[in-house]
Amino acid sequence: MENVYELIAFILLGGMVLGSALLVVTLKNLVHSVLSLIVTFIAVAGIFLLLNADFLAAVQVLVYAGGVCIMVVFGVMLIQRSDIAESNPVNWRFGFAALLGGGIFILIGMFAARSQWMIAGTEVPKDTVGTFAPILLTDFVIPFEVAAILLTVALTGALLLVKEVKANGDRS
Amino acid sequence: MSEWVGVALFIMAGLAFGVVGIGVSFLVHPRSKNRYKLETYECGIPVEGSAWGRFKAQYFTFALIFVIFDVEVIYLYPWAVSFVQLGLAGLVKMFIFIFILVLGLWYAWKEGALEWK
Repeated sequence: MENVYELIAFILLGGMVLGSALLVVTLKNLVHSVLSLIVTFIAVAGIFLLLNADFLAAVQVLVYAGGVCIMVVFGVMLIQRSDIAESNPVNWRFGFAALLGGGIFILIGMFAARSQWMIAGTEVPKDTVGTFAPILLTDFVIPFEVAAILLTVALTGALLLVKEVKANGDRS
Repeated sequence: MSEWVGVALFIMAGLAFGVVGIGVSFLVHPRSKNRYKLETYECGIPVEGSAWGRFKAQYFTFALIFVIFDVEVIYLYPWAVSFVQLGLAGLVKMFIFIFILVLGLWYAWKEGALEWK
């Protein structure tokens, strides 16, 4: 019975991913496209949950639906030049797009059918985060702290860039 | 798997809350058409220009700081889940991690990136 529910959830989430991804491409307003991009990311997080990848789902919601989308919105808002309602022009070349998309789908399908899927020797752990954290804080503690340095460098670098803009005269 | 059924139900109830509210209001609300009904604020200062204007670049610094700390939370999350198991050593390592990031925040503060100009 469990499998039936999983199938229903998968079909619903897959439909959400495909539908909202299609809206990202076809909506005229770039900001609306970003909004449906957020829906796509959240539905992908749902699919991660179906695959028992809790941590990846949390990362998907936090970083993609939160961080990446904010960066995209700001990118859109800051570089906008003309009317935003017409900022995402649609190119209705369905034939070409279908050919390209179908070709890639067949190619990936071919490789997927050919490859030999390894079956893990042990059972997939139920609690993924609980086993992941001790490894992160013992064996990989140096990369973990380096990640903090990387983030700090990114922050200071971004602030330096903004400061440079201010020094050249604030024209906003 | 089954623990996520609650989340799915919560999302459905949340959606229904919005859809039913707006739908019932659409069915029963009185209809009067005039110019003021179409304005952003029915009473108050007349709206000027479009809301789709360009925004001040300073919002961008807030967004950047948010994204950095958003990524930091990913590292906090596994640590918080197995906090008891990791013990004091985990606490110290996490404090070093946060200290390095707070250096970045201190720099942002020093440069006045958090002040609105």
